[in-house]
Amino acid sequence: MSQRSDDTMMLTTPFHSRVAAACELNCWGSWKDYTTPNAYTDVELEYFAIRNAVGVFDLTPMNKYRIGGTDAEAYLNRLVTRNVGKIAVGRVGYTVWCDDAGQVMDDGTIFHLGENDYRLCAYARATDWLHWSAMGFDVTIHDESADIAALAVQGPTSCSALMAMGLRGVEEIKPFGLAHFDFDGQPLMISRTGFTGDLGYELWIAPEHAEALWDRLFDAGRDYMIKPFGMEALEMARIEAGFLQAGVDFMPAEDVVRRGRSRSPFELGLGWLVDFDKPLFNGRRALLREQTEGSRYRFAYLDVDGNKPAHNSFILFNGKQVGTVTSAAWCPTAKSNLALGQLKMPHGGVGEELVAEIYYQRELQWTKVLAPCRVIESPPFNPPRRRATPPDAC
Amino acid sequence: MSGEAAGKHVNKYDAIVIGAGHNGLTNAAYLAKAGLRVAVLERNPYIGGATVSRELHPGWTYSNCSYVCSLLRPELARDLELPRHGLQVVPYGGGVTFKRDGNYYGNYYDHNRQYREMARHSKRDANAYERYTADVMKQTRLIRPFLLKRPPDPTSLKLRDLRDLAEFAAPFLAMGEEGLADTLRFWTKSVGDYLDEYFESDVIKAHMAGSGIIGTALGVYSPGTAYVLLHHYMGDVDGNVGSWGFARGGMGAVASALSKSLQAFGGEIICDADVRQIVVRGGRVTGVALANGDEYRADVVVSNLDPKRTFLDIMDRSDLPPELVTRARNFKIRGSSGKLNIALDGLPTFTGLDKQSPLMLGDMHFSDSLERLERAYDDWKAGTWSKDPYLDMLIPTQTDPTMAPPGKHMMTVFVQYAPPKIQGGDWTPEDKAGFEKSVIDQIAAHSPDFRDLILHCETRTPAEIEAEVGLTEGNIFQGELTFDQLLFNRPFPGYAQYRGPVGGMYLCGSATHPGGGVMAAPGANAAREILRDLHKPNTVPGGYADD
Repeated sequence: MSQRSDDTMMLTTPFHSRVAAACELNCWGSWKDYTTPNAYTDVELEYFAIRNAVGVFDLTPMNKYRIGGTDAEAYLNRLVTRNVGKIAVGRVGYTVWCDDAGQVMDDGTIFHLGENDYRLCAYARATDWLHWSAMGFDVTIHDESADIAALAVQGPTSCSALMAMGLRGVEEIKPFGLAHFDFDGQPLMISRTGFTGDLGYELWIAPEHAEALWDRLFDAGRDYMIKPFGMEALEMARIEAGFLQAGVDFMPAEDVVRRGRSRSPFELGLGWLVDFDKPLFNGRRALLREQTEGSRYRFAYLDVDGNKPAHNSFILFNGKQVGTVTSAAWCPTAKSNLALGQLKMPHGGVGEELVAEIYYQRELQWTKVLAPCRVIESPPFNPPRRRATPPDAC
Repeated sequence: MSGEAAGKHVNKYDAIVIGAGHNGLTNAAYLAKAGLRVAVLERNPYIGGATVSRELHPGWTYSNCSYVCSLLRPELARDLELPRHGLQVVPYGGGVTFKRDGNYYGNYYDHNRQYREMARHSKRDANAYERYTADVMKQTRLIRPFLLKRPPDPTSLKLRDLRDLAEFAAPFLAMGEEGLADTLRFWTKSVGDYLDEYFESDVIKAHMAGSGIIGTALGVYSPGTAYVLLHHYMGDVDGNVGSWGFARGGMGAVASALSKSLQAFGGEIICDADVRQIVVRGGRVTGVALANGDEYRADVVVSNLDPKRTFLDIMDRSDLPPELVTRARNFKIRGSSGKLNIALDGLPTFTGLDKQSPLMLGDMHFSDSLERLERAYDDWKAGTWSKDPYLDMLIPTQTDPTMAPPGKHMMTVFVQYAPPKIQGGDWTPEDKAGFEKSVIDQIAAHSPDFRDLILHCETRTPAEIEAEVGLTEGNIFQGELTFDQLLFNRPFPGYAQYRGPVGGMYLCGSATHPGGGVMAAPGANAAREILRDLHKPNTVPGGYADD
């Protein structure tokens, strides 16, 4: 590293020249080591770029770890709850990983790039835990967060925009698939992944080619109404899609100080990611025990009456508090008032009728409403285009 | 279905709704949701009424009549699961009024940028805009809670009316004497006078005044137009009051989603079914008869047509109280506007504006003073189209990727003023060409490449709107939105609660409260009253509270 050891200025991403030029509102925030936009022009319109056309998000600051070596698969299988052996080369898998107590440390994605070659994307910085867990495995772990520039390209015309860039075959990538392309002689990896619940792709390239990639993408995307979006629009889209956000919808287990504040995969509605049939993994024994003894909490999607988002609401059953809301939003595309909640067992079964205690403010005056709500199986936003291969043109 | 008389089909339903516009479909959906066997009869081979999208040039979809969306009640969209049935309303930013001197006034979504743009024309106006916005919001707060309610009848002594009246009056009384005086003035004054109280810049006033005259046969200095402005401000997109959006795929997507919702509840839609007569026996409706002789029997008949068409065309005078016939005859439903829908080979450039300016995403106008707007109205009074018209022009294909091929564009141009008759006579092809030319010329004066980009143009005068959609005189609101025709006076005193003059007969169109625009509230409110009369459980949701 050529950087001075005492240089702790916040970094900018390899797309910064383009991002800054597009960031008309000068509305910036911090994401890990980097300064990134919260909003570019208008949060509402940025959100609708994702749902109506194509939105672009700079996800370079995402923690990215390259895992190699002869034991790479065995190591990852030990680390995470799902069976990594089932993630074929050219595929991506969403997963969580737990501590020995079976409590979720983080969620993320595993990209199977080649034989004994994986990329792990994680919300939290994971270097310490990855090395801690590596004992006894012949693996290499490299933090490549700064070595790769990445863009999320999301929305119904995302595929058309990428095809207009001349990326032939991108339309054949299936959800959670990845493929390699040539971009002016440089390797460009594209995965059909994202955090918006829509049709979408993520583009991965060496930092020195980042600006050229941005320029070509926006040129080709003009007729497809391409627009950059910031953190706030992403937050709207991910809640509408019902995705969990680490640090918001659950506490990374390692950060928890107070007993009982962490959650297991079962308690987050992620039991489907736990595979007891595969070899030993971190947290297995505790999760097996939880399976027989029962969980403390249940994750629930709540359809809330009225149009007031149930931010930070208590959830009541017969007037008694049985849970809390971790994320909530009025969903502009689904036209629903969705909340992600944590309910004490046995509450939270699909169809259960509950009440959200919602506080909201109008011109400095606070009001409380008790809004009926019910537990629904899945978030209402789930368009067919999310799964279609090849996707429709728009 | 049973053939009673030879060659005549007789069909039996619980309820018949005449007209598959958005209110007819909404009404039918709520009746079907309550378990009624419902059929919607539509004269045209396609549904939608004025909420329609058609491909008249291959590859281009027009929103042929209504073209933007804000008033559609979110409560109804959610309750009828319109997003699941394919409806997405996408807000748009921008908006601009081009000035004759080459400058322009733009509209920005972001509050502080908007201030900076206004200050370019008048710092004082930019500052006054905050006061203006708050004052208009005070008025929207009065009307919004009553959009999904039937208006109370002030002459009725029924407990329900008295209760509703008290509820309706409460926020007015809460405003205090000064607030009440402001409100009464607002509801009766002209948009020009109203804007003069806040702003000094001609172009800023002209930009805002358009909302006060759209769809209305009145000028910017005619009393009552301030309310029309309010009517365009009282909607919302996802809670952003006053904001407007496009229905993705065109306004026909609204009708399409409503029809799917209706069908999911078991309702039927029958096209090419031209109702000629509402059949009345013994003071009650028994059904309808079509032009082709088919009959549909039902104890409930709901008309989504305007009151003139309903009472003067498809009902027998002898079935109606004479007073009602007179009121229908005198109902103010004056045509004032036309429309051009244009397929473009590319995005036009506008003098003085960047090629990719975000201001072009919104409503574009060329009338830069109230004076010009008032003169445009003078032409209407003289019985002709405006030589220098007011245009509300949008290029939705900058936002919606589905309505034209990539890189190509579709333009929707709402044109005011255009009278239903030209100096008392029918529109001739020459008149129509002259009307079209006045619009194209005005746009081309600010866009040098516009003319060459035109691939196809659908021109609709009030005559076409009346003939195709069935709106009398081509009035887009199914009747003027003036105070004498609002609330418990819409369409007439004594008939403002959706019930007609004979048993089982109802009105559900925009001629009823709360009026025109693609709101779906009249259709839903009418369904609530019908279900009440039938002693069925209510299926219509209540409104969301702003507070």
